[in-house]
Order: sequence, then structure tokens, then C-alpha cells
Amino acid sequence: MIKQRFRSNAGPALVMIGPVVLWLAFFVAIPLIYVLVMSFCGIDKNYNVIFRFTMGNYRRMFDIDYVEIYGQSILIAFFSTVICLVLGYPFSFLIARTFRSKKTILYMMVIIPFWTNSLIRLYGWRTFLGTNGLLNKLLLTLHITSEPVQFLFNRSATILGMAYVLFPFMVLPLYTAIEKLDQAQLEASADLGAHFRSTFLHIMLPQTASGIFSGCIMVFIPCLGYFFVSDILGGGNADVIGNLIQRQFQSGNNWPLGAALSIILIVITLLLVKLYQKCGGDMQSLGV
Amino acid sequence: MCRQTKEKCAHNAGAVYCGLIYAFLFLPIVVIVINSFNATNTKPYLTWKGFTLDWYGKLFQNSALLDSFQNTLFIAVTSTLLSTFIGTLAAVGMYKYKFRGKNIIDGLLYIPVVIPEIVLGISLLTLFTNTNIPRGLLSLVLAHTTFCIPFVIFNIRARLDGYDKSIEEASMDLGANRLTTFLRITLPVLAPGIGGGALLAFTLSIDDVIVSYFTNGLTMTFPLKVMESIKSGVSPDVNALSTLILLATMVIVILTQSNLLKNLRKVLKRQS
Repeated sequence: MIKQRFRSNAGPALVMIGPVVLWLAFFVAIPLIYVLVMSFCGIDKNYNVIFRFTMGNYRRMFDIDYVEIYGQSILIAFFSTVICLVLGYPFSFLIARTFRSKKTILYMMVIIPFWTNSLIRLYGWRTFLGTNGLLNKLLLTLHITSEPVQFLFNRSATILGMAYVLFPFMVLPLYTAIEKLDQAQLEASADLGAHFRSTFLHIMLPQTASGIFSGCIMVFIPCLGYFFVSDILGGGNADVIGNLIQRQFQSGNNWPLGAALSIILIVITLLLVKLYQKCGGDMQSLGV
Repeated sequence: MCRQTKEKCAHNAGAVYCGLIYAFLFLPIVVIVINSFNATNTKPYLTWKGFTLDWYGKLFQNSALLDSFQNTLFIAVTSTLLSTFIGTLAAVGMYKYKFRGKNIIDGLLYIPVVIPEIVLGISLLTLFTNTNIPRGLLSLVLAHTTFCIPFVIFNIRARLDGYDKSIEEASMDLGANRLTTFLRITLPVLAPGIGGGALLAFTLSIDDVIVSYFTNGLTMTFPLKVMESIKSGVSPDVNALSTLILLATMVIVILTQSNLLKNLRKVLKRQS
């Protein structure tokens, strides 16, 4: 009886798990393996991929122009992450605890900007910061500057854009972690005479560390790939690895080289995720 | 007394800080909304020339823009339904049954979540070109479903953590078959998780730029249309459409989230 019941589970299990397995195999695993294979291939005169083993793409990746862009990407991603964390931590604390009676609406207001297309919002920033934009008009009328300032088309503008677009990804895990903090512990620490600083260091920081890590990962990794942010606000002066890949995959370019660059991105991602797991991060909290 | 004023001070400072963050989040949106009423007609459409509603009229003559928006909605709805269907089955199946290779499925699920979207985009591009899957609405739906499935599954899984298996057994013991049990017991319990997952899938799909950029062929989605128009300066009818979208989503949020409806219902109940 038991055995029969056990055996009859195979059918339903297949029906439920089969579709996702097929889907992931066909649309995630196979394409990624193909990209890996392609990264060792060359191209012919017509930019078609030819399957002959070469390390050429990986060698080309050490060109100084490329290395400079890796450095720049990491710099941009680092500063964007720091800005999100520094602005986001106190903010998450405030909306999760200090103003907890209104927390649902405050939380929703972080999500709502999401629903306006991110490109449009970046364009809004470009309009605001442009040489004839509102900010410059304001500065000129207040006589703070005598000439319009060029805020756009540099690294700082790109960092601003990345931090802006990815800010909610920092706030969501922080909010979840901070909401779980035990109020009694915080109060006990304060009652026992601890300064806010030591309460923060000894109670809040260790207990919200997982939120901090997952927020940082969720901001840092996309920064390396978001080519449209540096397109719109960086104007070609602040390219990230994503821009390099995007250019290789426009028609009539070197797809295998683009594939090799993507592999680098995957390797960086895996290293960071491993580090995250080493630090005790939970994979589940990366997703949602 | 002293402590109270100090606390009040900190409270106010906190409110000001939050206000500044919200200003940062909403500033570009305000710029867009203002520009959608801007009577300028010279590129790059930036200087304020007075109030007009012309762009809202023009929007409904811009068939390319409306088509792209229609595509975006179609893709979002289809890929939400597909990913919710596949994801719900998978989440429940993976929770209920033990089998070999579960870790591999888990690992594959995390890939679309953590790798930069551009890598997913180019890998799907190479898949579609090599398998002759036509690039257009079909490829876009397939691509969007791919990155939505993991988010749906994770959302439902969070709900399954506190799930009591015994109610299913009770249902089966009382004579219900598997399908009835799934439809009448499992699904209703998981409904909030499924709904949340579907909402997330819809949001991700509607806002997607990068994966669509590589898999669209000649089909335009709204974000891609925006990307194209940014080069020449976004014309205010795009701003007008964005404003309308924002308005629609705000109305939905207010209706679903606020206590407005609940209060209304209470008032109605009291009257009857």
C-alpha cells in the first residue's frame, strides 16, 4: 500500500516539475553553455561565428582600453552601492520603525516610482540636470554660478543614475531586516546606558548584516551591466562592462568577443555570490 | 521633559530626511509630468512655454507609440500568466516531492535572478538566432517568461514556509482526489503568494529594457520606443503616456492598498 502510494507520486511530480525543468534547460542552461562555447570561437570575414578553438577573445580582453573600463565599472558600481547603502539604511530604519504606523504607505511610495519606466525617469534626470535644465536655471537666478554647469555626461552623473535606479533594491532587503529587529533589545541597550553608536554597532549592525549584504549584491551586480544608464547620463564617458558587451552584439560585430566579456561578468557575479554565502547570506533573500 | 523635546527633534529630523529621499525618488517623475503639459514644440522640448493639453491629444494620433505600448501590455500579460502557471506548479511540486537533482533546479533558478540581465539577454539572442525562433512578440514572451519564473517561485516559496501539509492529507482522506485537493485546498492557501508573484512578474516585464533590447527583432516595446526617442530628445507625447501610466498605477495602488475600500464597505454595512 505504502509502496504503491509512493510510486504513484512520480506522475504528479513529473507534471508539476517537468515544465520548469524543460524551460530552464532550454532557455537558461543551454544558452549559457552556448555562450561559454562561443567565447572560445572566432569569426570569419562576414562576422559569422566559426567553431574553431581559440583563446583570442580572452587575450583581447586584456587590452588596456578594456581593462580601463573594467576598473571604471567597478568604481561606478562601488560608489553607487555605497550611496545606496548610506542613504538607504537610515531611511529604511525610519520607515520600518520610527514611522511604523504609516509603514505600508511609505513602503509603497518607494515602489511606485518603479512603475514609471526607468528610462523615462533617467531622462527626467537628464532634463533636470542639463545645461538649460531646471537646476542650472535655479543656480543662475540665485547667482551661485555665472555660467551653466555641465552636470551630465561624466562618471558622477552615471553613478547618480545607477544609485537612483537601483535604490529600491537596497531598501527592500534592509527594510525586511530592520523590521525584524527586536524592539526590546534596542530599548534594553539604551536603558543600560549604551550610546546610540554602540547600540548600532553591537545590536543593529550584526542583526541586519544579511540585509546589508543582499542589498549590496542587488545593487553592485546590475551596475556592471546597466549600459543604458551610462548611455543616457554618461554620454559615452562612463561606460561599464555592459556597454562593451552591447556593442559587440549589435549586428555585424564580434559576438564571440562579447560572449567572452559576458563570461567575465558571470565570473564576477559568482565570486560575489560565493562571498555573500560565506558571510552567511541566505540565497532566498536575494530573490524577493 | 528634556528627553521628550530631544525625541521630538529627532522625530522631525527623521521626517525631513525621509522627505528628502522621497523628493530624490520622485523628482524626475515630477519633471516628466510637468513636461507633458509643456506647450513647447521645438526640440529638445525643454524650455517651458506655457500650459497645454495638446500632447495628450497628439498621443492618440501617434500610432507607433500606442502600438509599442500595446505590445508591452500583451507581453506582460502573457508572460505573467505563463510564468505564474509554470512557477506555481513548480513551487508546489518542489515543496511536496523529494527527488534527485533538486539542487540543480534551484541553482538554475538563481541564475536569472543574480546574473546581470545583459548576460541573459545575449544568451537568449544567440538561442533565438540559432534555433530560428522568429524574433518578435513570441521571442519577447519567451524571454520575459524566463526571467519571471524564478521570482514567481520564490514568492510562492516564502508563503509555503508556514504551510501545513496535513490539511491536504485531510482532504485526501475525506475522499477528494489530487486535482480537487490542489484546486480547493492548496491554491486558496497559496493565493497571496501567487498573486504577489504575478504582480512582481508583471512589473518586471513591463519595465524591462535590457532583455527586450536583445530579443525584440523589429517589434517595439514601450521601453524600447523610449530608448529610441531619447537620442533625439523625448517628445512630450511620450511624457504624456508615462503620466497616464503613472496615474493608472497610482489609482490601482490606492484602491488596493488603502483602507478606502474597507472603510467604504464598513460604512455600507452599517447603513444596511
